Amino acid sequence: MTECHPSELEQHQRDSLYRTIRLIRRFEERCIDLVKSGDLVSGIHPCIGQEAVATGVAAALDDEDIMFSTHRGHGHFLAKGSDPSTLLAELLGRTNGIDRGRGGSFHPSDFTRNIYNATGTVGHSAAIAAGVAWSVAQAGTGQVVTCFFGDGAVSQGALLEGFNLASLWRLPVIYICENNQYATSLPVGAAVAGSITGRGEAFGIPSATVDGQDVEVMLAAMASAVQRARAGYGPSLIEADTYRYFGHHTFEFKVRLDYRSEEEMARWRRRDPQDIAAGRVSQQVRSEIDAEVEQVLDEAVRFALGGAKLDPADAQDYTYTTGPQPRAGAL
Amino acid sequence: MPRLSYLKALNRALGDEMELDESVFVMGEDMNFALTNVTAGFLQRFGPQRVLEMPLSEQGFTNFATGAAMAGRRPVVEFQIPFLLLLVFEQITNQANKFRLMSGGQTSVPVTYLMPASGVRTGWGAQHSDQPYSLFAHMGVKTVMPATPTDAYGLLITAIRDDDPVIFFGPLACMGVREDVDYADLLPVPLGKARLHRSGTDVTVVTVGQLVHEAIAVADELAGDVSVEVFDPRTIYPFDWPALAESLQRTGRLVVFDDGNRFAGLGAEVLATAAEQMHLVAAPRRVSRPDAAIVGASPDLDGALLPTRQQLTSAIYSVLKS
Repeated sequence: MTECHPSELEQHQRDSLYRTIRLIRRFEERCIDLVKSGDLVSGIHPCIGQEAVATGVAAALDDEDIMFSTHRGHGHFLAKGSDPSTLLAELLGRTNGIDRGRGGSFHPSDFTRNIYNATGTVGHSAAIAAGVAWSVAQAGTGQVVTCFFGDGAVSQGALLEGFNLASLWRLPVIYICENNQYATSLPVGAAVAGSITGRGEAFGIPSATVDGQDVEVMLAAMASAVQRARAGYGPSLIEADTYRYFGHHTFEFKVRLDYRSEEEMARWRRRDPQDIAAGRVSQQVRSEIDAEVEQVLDEAVRFALGGAKLDPADAQDYTYTTGPQPRAGAL
Repeated sequence: MPRLSYLKALNRALGDEMELDESVFVMGEDMNFALTNVTAGFLQRFGPQRVLEMPLSEQGFTNFATGAAMAGRRPVVEFQIPFLLLLVFEQITNQANKFRLMSGGQTSVPVTYLMPASGVRTGWGAQHSDQPYSLFAHMGVKTVMPATPTDAYGLLITAIRDDDPVIFFGPLACMGVREDVDYADLLPVPLGKARLHRSGTDVTVVTVGQLVHEAIAVADELAGDVSVEVFDPRTIYPFDWPALAESLQRTGRLVVFDDGNRFAGLGAEVLATAAEQMHLVAAPRRVSRPDAAIVGASPDLDGALLPTRQQLTSAIYSVLKS
C-alpha cells in the first residue's frame, strides 16, 4: 500500500501517479481518434477529466485486491495495471482483446488484474461487490474490494441494498462515487435529494467528499479506507468530486447536448488533474514519461488494429460454461 | 424402503452437497427458522456462515450471490414466492447469466436459485400464484422443474454443481409427493435429459412439474383405449429436443400440458419446434394456463383458469381424430 498522507509521498511515487494519469488521458484521446476513424464502433464514455480518481484509488490497492468498474471505466483498468494493448484490442472487438471481444468498451473485465466486471445496470455492482467481499473475508485472504459508480447510481435502490449488506456484515469493500456532476444530461442537484455521503451515513458507513481532481488527496482518502477495510472495520464511501471534460458518450460529438455552460466547463478545466499531478514532477521526468507513454500507446494501437476480427461462426461461444451451445435463430 | 417426499428430497440434496463441498452455502429469508423447511436443521448442522439469513432485499442479495459465485463460492438462493423471481429477473438474466459471456469465458457464475413453492396458491391471491419458468427459459437461463422426489434430488445436486446459473422450480403442488426409494439409489440427474414416465405409441404428452402426475393419471385411465407417452423434459432449458424427436417419430401426435401462461410459453415453443423439425401426422395441441394472470384468490375462479385432466383428455382425443 502506498503512503497515507500526501506529504509523505516520495518523488518516485509522484512520478508514478503522474504517469498513470498521463497514460489514461492519452489512451482516451487515442480512443476518441479511433472512434472518429470508425475503428472503435461502439464509441466510448470518455473519462478525461476524471483520471485522478482512478489513479488515486488504484495506487492504494494491492494487485490481489478486487475492483468493480463502470461504463466509464478505461481509467480504472489502466490504473489497476491492465495491459493497454489488450484493453484497446477489446474496445476494437478483436480476438486478442482481454475478453475476446465479448465485453467491449461498455462491459470489460480483466481477471488477470482482478477487475471482475463493469455491469451496465447502474449501481448494481454495489451488492455484487459485497458478495465478493463477504467471500474473501470468509476465506481470510485479506483482499479488499473496490466498487466504482457514478452520481447517477445513488438513486438506485439496488445500490442502497448493497450498502446495507456491506455495513451490516462489516465487509471489506470501498465504495467510490465518481460524482462528475451529471448523469448523462441530468445535473446531480436535480436528481439527488439530501446528499451522496448522506446515503452512506444512513447505513453507518463512514463517508467523505474529497477533491477528485487532486490525485494525492484521492490517494490519502483511499489509503485510510483500505486500512479500515483490511482491519475488519467494514466499508467506506468516498465521494470524489470531479468532472468529465467530454460528453457522456462520444455520440455527443455528433449530437450536441447543451446541458453544461461554457463557464462551468472552463472552471473545471482550470483544475485539470493532469496539470495538478504534473506540477509535482520535474520537467525532465515529465518529458520522459510523456515519451514513454506515447511509445506504449503506439504499440497498443498497432497491437489492437493488428488483431484478428471476431469470427461470426463463434458468435455463441462463451454463453455457457457447460452444456450445449444455444440454438441458432434460423435453421 | 424409506418414503421420500419431494420436500425432504430438496433438504437431503442440499444437505448432501453442503457436506460434500465447502463452497456451497444457502441464503434467503427466514433461514434461521427454515420457514420453507427446505433447510430444516441446517443452522445447527452448518452454522450461520453457511446458512445466511438475508434481509428483505431480494435484488441486493441476488447480486450478492453473483459476487460470491464469481469469488469461487456456490450459493443456493432460496425464494419463498415466485413473484420474487420477477423482482430479480434483471439480476439473474441480464447480470448473472451474462457475466461469463461478457468476460469471454474468464469467469463463471455458479448460482442456484431455488424456488420451492411455485405455482398457484389459492387464497394468497394473484401476486403469489405465477409459474414463470418460461420467462427464464426465454432468456436462456438454465431452468429445471422436476416432478418427482428422486428427480428433485438429482436435479438439485446437478444444478448446484453446474458452473452456470440454474433456476430450480419446485411446484408447491409437488412438495408432498412421496416415493419409495432406497437412499443409495439417489443419483445426480443430468441437465437437459428428459424422462419417459409412460411409454406409448399413439400420442406424446409433454409436461412438467405437478402436471406430470396428472398426465400419468390420464395415461393410466386411457390405457387400453389410447397408448399415451408421458414425456417429462425435467429441464425446461436447455430442452431435450433429440428425445422429443425420437418420441414423435413413434407417435406422430403431440399435446403439451403446461402450467405456464399460454402466450410465448413452453407449450408454444414445443409446438413450434415440433412443427418445424419433427414428425407430426396431426395438428398438435396445447393445454395451458390462459394468457395473463391467475386470480389466485378463489378456488372456483382458479379452477376455471388452470389446466385440468379433463382438458388434457379432450386434447388427446382431438389430436387422435385429426
